[in-house]
Amino acid sequence: MKKTLFLASAAAVALTAGIANAGTLEDVQGKGKLACGVSQGLPGFSAATEAGVYEGLDVDFCRAVAAAVLGDGQAVEFTPLSAKDRFTALSSGEIDVLARNTTWTISRDTDLGISFVGVTYYDGQGMMVPADLGVSSALELDGAVICTNTGTTTELNITDYFNQHGMSFELVAIENSDEVVAAYDSGRCNVFTTDRSGVAAERLKLADPDAHIVLPEIISKEPLGPSVRNDDDQWMKINRWVLNALLEAEEFGITAANIDEMLASENPSVQRILGVGENDLGAPMGLSADWAYKAIKAVGNYGEIYERNVGPSTPLKLERGVNALWSNGGLQYAAPIR
Amino acid sequence: MSAGRGKSLLYDPKLRSIFFQALFGVALIWLLYTGFTNLFENYYGKFTSDKTFGGIMDSPAGIAILTTFGTWLFEYSSTDSSNWTAFMVGIANTLIVAFIGIIIATVWGFLLGVFRLSKNFVLRSFATVYIETLRNLPLLLQIFFWIIIFRLFSGGLKEKDAVVFVDGALYYNADGLRAPFFDWLEGGHIVFWALIVAIFSAFAISRWARERQASTGQQFPAFWVGLLTLIAVPTIAFFIAGKPLSIEYPTVITEGSILKRGAFESGHGMFVATEMIALTLALAMYTAAFIAEIVRAGINSVANGQSEAAGALGISNSVALRKVILPQAMRVVIPPLTSQYLNLTKNSSLAAAIGFPEVVALFGGTILNQTGRAVEIIMLVIMVYLTISLLTSAFMNWFNNRMKLEER
Repeated sequence: MKKTLFLASAAAVALTAGIANAGTLEDVQGKGKLACGVSQGLPGFSAATEAGVYEGLDVDFCRAVAAAVLGDGQAVEFTPLSAKDRFTALSSGEIDVLARNTTWTISRDTDLGISFVGVTYYDGQGMMVPADLGVSSALELDGAVICTNTGTTTELNITDYFNQHGMSFELVAIENSDEVVAAYDSGRCNVFTTDRSGVAAERLKLADPDAHIVLPEIISKEPLGPSVRNDDDQWMKINRWVLNALLEAEEFGITAANIDEMLASENPSVQRILGVGENDLGAPMGLSADWAYKAIKAVGNYGEIYERNVGPSTPLKLERGVNALWSNGGLQYAAPIR
Repeated sequence: MSAGRGKSLLYDPKLRSIFFQALFGVALIWLLYTGFTNLFENYYGKFTSDKTFGGIMDSPAGIAILTTFGTWLFEYSSTDSSNWTAFMVGIANTLIVAFIGIIIATVWGFLLGVFRLSKNFVLRSFATVYIETLRNLPLLLQIFFWIIIFRLFSGGLKEKDAVVFVDGALYYNADGLRAPFFDWLEGGHIVFWALIVAIFSAFAISRWARERQASTGQQFPAFWVGLLTLIAVPTIAFFIAGKPLSIEYPTVITEGSILKRGAFESGHGMFVATEMIALTLALAMYTAAFIAEIVRAGINSVANGQSEAAGALGISNSVALRKVILPQAMRVVIPPLTSQYLNLTKNSSLAAAIGFPEVVALFGGTILNQTGRAVEIIMLVIMVYLTISLLTSAFMNWFNNRMKLEER
């Protein structure tokens, strides 16, 4: 009897795995939890604190989606994923959204069965070297030994960059990012490379961070953003517009603290975002009218998320730079919520 | 019948077993069907480009791979080598680590096994402590241990940071070991053929000596004469052919970029990456502990009377071990030894943790991620391991048959 029971449940699992792909929204609401894929620990983007609470820019995006969909920013189940497991985890239905400092590229967007919903952080690949090496530009790195992670665009970019400039190099690609840092710190490599934000974060893990400098060159465009499976338009749009709502909120000065006062705002744009009065922009997506209100209330607007996780007051000390709103000379430009 | 006696068909054991077997069969087919439809719809259905897997594998890999045996063998280049070549590089690296690891583990394991039974207190206790320690620590931990040990030796990539073993020839640096590279010139094949001839002669000598001893009882120092043949014949051929060997020593670059000045020239001399050394040593040292226990079990399985009888015949201890004990012990040793060889080969996949590009780390990791074809790539990796394992088993079975007790 046990055998048949097991088989029946195994078959049921196989069957639900097939169903799970369509109607992600109903699926998430049914579970009461959003399954969010994050990194294995990248400070500022997604990392667990000592108390076991996840924090970071990517984590806050997931919390915003959970708040919009379920009304509770804490209803998120985080799955730490390695760089090489992340897309399989998403396309197989293990997670509902992948927010793991992942670069948006054409091949990933079109050929892996996933769709990117937008850009949460405009990054670029940077390099770190020991200060006493005497190198001040990436173009002086002919003959370098470079430590990096496996399975990332970083590996391709660095190969392209060095080949393009006719420089010889040796690449040590290690799976676990802590081990990459350890190898670099031990002197195995004279260059450490990953996304600029990652370089800033990993530099803090070194024995003596001040003995290392970040080179000025940014050798690639790395727009980091969340992604979802490409077979559910509704779910993709929910994610996209949650991101846009967080950006719009910053533009109109809506913060987690003043959001309840903002409900009384006369500004029609603010009223539309918050779903006040006759405005109901959530219904076509299958959400309640106050979806954006709940998201912003849970995590704050994009600016708040940035300052809290990666901004100048955090250990990462990353200036807004190109991640400022378009109105402040940056690239963050949300499509209007109307 | 049972139903006729008022009992329900439900309690007929025969009918019941047929029913459950049929149910099991249906459920199995259903499971396979759902699995495959899921695969085709959710996996293949997602690829919007019409590139076949073969087409993807033929396209350039575009990533740099750590200089290792595989990249040297297949002349891998990050600009134009295909994904197939990267796959081959991975297989070659797995094989070289497994091959060298097995040789070291076997020699060291046999020594440890004999030590463990030695009458010498120091040797015996050393072997016991070694075996009990290494056998009981996770292998991944040991791999990290070895890489950290190697990192302590040298913390730099220039000649001034190197540990010099032989000035001008043998160095250890943070990136690896540098040694002279020997390359055969014109006429090198003469030495090769001389070596083949020497190997056959050595076999012939040992056979002749064995037959002579069997018929006349006279002994002949076949081992030493054979060894002399193996050394002398190729050496003489080497000088007759006019020393057709070029030696390439590691060289230090004196000009160029900041990083190059004072560093070793790549592609000059032999280079073995730190990751390769650490991984091979970790695998060999770990597996040797298991082999030692197998050897001990084998030797213990030979009845005490055998060594006593050898002693009574006036055969010395070392000859008795070589000619009487070990041949009988081998019959017990070989089958579990095969499993240890297979374990070592499969454990080499832990290399991903330290960045040695063997087939799992390189092909099942990096290439998988760049192409996104998880199912095909994992299948290929499975096939590689299966082939290596089956070939190892086949060889060991053949060897076992040769060593088997001949029953008359």
